[in-house]
Amino acid sequence: MRFLFKTHYNQDIDHLKHGGDRFWYGLLLVLVAAAPAALGTFYLGELNLVMIYAIAGVGLMLLVGYTGQVSLGHAAFLAIGAYTHSLLLGAGLPFLLSIVAAVLVSALVGAGVGWIALRMTGIYLAIATLAFAMLTEQTISRAEWLTGGFRGLAVPQASLFGMPLTQGWQHYYVTLTLLVVTLLAALNILRSSTGRAMVAIRDSEISAESVGINLAVYKTLAFALSAGITGLAGALFAHRLGYLSPDAFTFLISLQLLLMVVVGGVGSMRGVIYGALFIGFLPQLLAIARDTLPPQIAQAPGLEPGIFGLILVLVILFEPQGIFGRWLKIKSYFQLFPLYRRATHRRQKTYLRTERLR
Amino acid sequence: MSYLAVEDLSISFGGIRAVDDVSFDVEEGEVFAIIGPNGAGKTTLFNLVSGIYFPDAGSVRFAGRDITSLPAHRIAPLGLARTFQNIELFEHATVLQNLLIGRHVHRRSTALSHLLFLPAVRREELEHRRRVEDVIDLLELAHYREQRIANLPYGVRKVVEVGRALCLEPKLLLLDEPTSGLNPEESEDMGFWIEDINRDLGVTVVMVAHDMGLVSRVAGRVLALNEGRVIAEGSPADVQKNPAVVDAYLGAD
Repeated sequence: MRFLFKTHYNQDIDHLKHGGDRFWYGLLLVLVAAAPAALGTFYLGELNLVMIYAIAGVGLMLLVGYTGQVSLGHAAFLAIGAYTHSLLLGAGLPFLLSIVAAVLVSALVGAGVGWIALRMTGIYLAIATLAFAMLTEQTISRAEWLTGGFRGLAVPQASLFGMPLTQGWQHYYVTLTLLVVTLLAALNILRSSTGRAMVAIRDSEISAESVGINLAVYKTLAFALSAGITGLAGALFAHRLGYLSPDAFTFLISLQLLLMVVVGGVGSMRGVIYGALFIGFLPQLLAIARDTLPPQIAQAPGLEPGIFGLILVLVILFEPQGIFGRWLKIKSYFQLFPLYRRATHRRQKTYLRTERLR
Repeated sequence: MSYLAVEDLSISFGGIRAVDDVSFDVEEGEVFAIIGPNGAGKTTLFNLVSGIYFPDAGSVRFAGRDITSLPAHRIAPLGLARTFQNIELFEHATVLQNLLIGRHVHRRSTALSHLLFLPAVRREELEHRRRVEDVIDLLELAHYREQRIANLPYGVRKVVEVGRALCLEPKLLLLDEPTSGLNPEESEDMGFWIEDINRDLGVTVVMVAHDMGLVSRVAGRVLALNEGRVIAEGSPADVQKNPAVVDAYLGAD
């Protein structure tokens, strides 16, 4: 077990707390940077997709895991990011500018949704965001003059610094860079007063108000941030798809994103990465499983959403802290061996709270 | 002009007049206690003053400013902090984070600079941390600094809540039953802290309390409520002897 002697408050502020952190994260960065050399096109593409999911997951985690506002409609922000980016690229905007514009447009729409949804919490908020996602899907399919409707929209070829992005590894590095930037930005928010205000809103709205946190401002801000980051993922996702149509952004995608956050571990950014790996490779596992299952089950419609839903329910029931929580438990089992007690991580009793004031 | 002036305050929930025409004044620097049996309207009164509820009639003035219709998040920056009877901490955050959240009204940087964590933000964070450590020292919370609220015993949570309120650097502190649920030793500590906060930090304290021992020790003046109305006001000893107060607690014979 590691004992850390702190000599400066900076040590609590820094992202990497000690030499061990620096070593392992450095190693991870080297490994992912070297991945294109080792992996084939297919797996590189899958890893790219995982990282795109991870970016969207960072956005959703800020909203769900840190601000406590559940969204079942994040596919809409993914779609808005993807369409904005493709249309602007098509209009001749440079790649980077078009990405920034996609983020801003998504953030703006997110702020609007957040502002409208201010009075809603819990299940009502989830339903409202779901309705928003359906509305977006409908709008995209009807606005044929802009989006091509169900005929689809070809995503233009992008180029960065005069170099056309045609290869898988080029997209991989673009996504990797943006993932690192997004993660750093999100972690920066979380270690400053904005992030703490979000956490405060998650845990007790009435206390948050009483320490001077403007609920309307910070909820809207959280929505905007979350939507903006998800929009960024959408823009990258567009290149992955190559061809946009409304049915690429269905409810199933929203559910997948939420599943990623919950399975990874609500309230941790590392959980996002675990969740993204899980979501990214689950379809492969399902495809393999399909071959071994009897055709009545394997060909059944709605098998995937069913399994996603089932996993969501099982995780919430048996490991509410997700993969990250399980990892913490395994780690402390070995650190404390043989003194580990299961009760260490059991949720303590919650004392009476004034529910009527919420 | 008194520091906190509550005038003819009333609020009804359905047919119940929870607070009925209540007036009182608190002077700067004093410890003022509000007592009364269960359901007397003490907590409702606090919620009216701190902007959680808005009154049907009457006014609240704080430091010369009308705060009657201000929402809670705009009252806090004026220097008014409060605690809750049933503890409203940020359960899944650590003690340190809870206290840092208490510094929210003193933030100077914008969300955009937080995104980049500019050097100015780091300097500000260090400053917040130093102020928070002062509160941790005062309330002897160093042992619990890194622990999550959800893992803390009840008595410590009560103290953390007072600490969070102190992190606002308030001029007026509303304590809603600071000693409810505490054992005698913890209650005594809380009494000392309230005295320290009042005397050394110069914070005016208004507290709701059931514990007459605590009230007699720390409070200069006492207001007694029953069924939403003021039934007595004066020094702790006088109020305790007041027949209306005895009636309210024990019932008329």
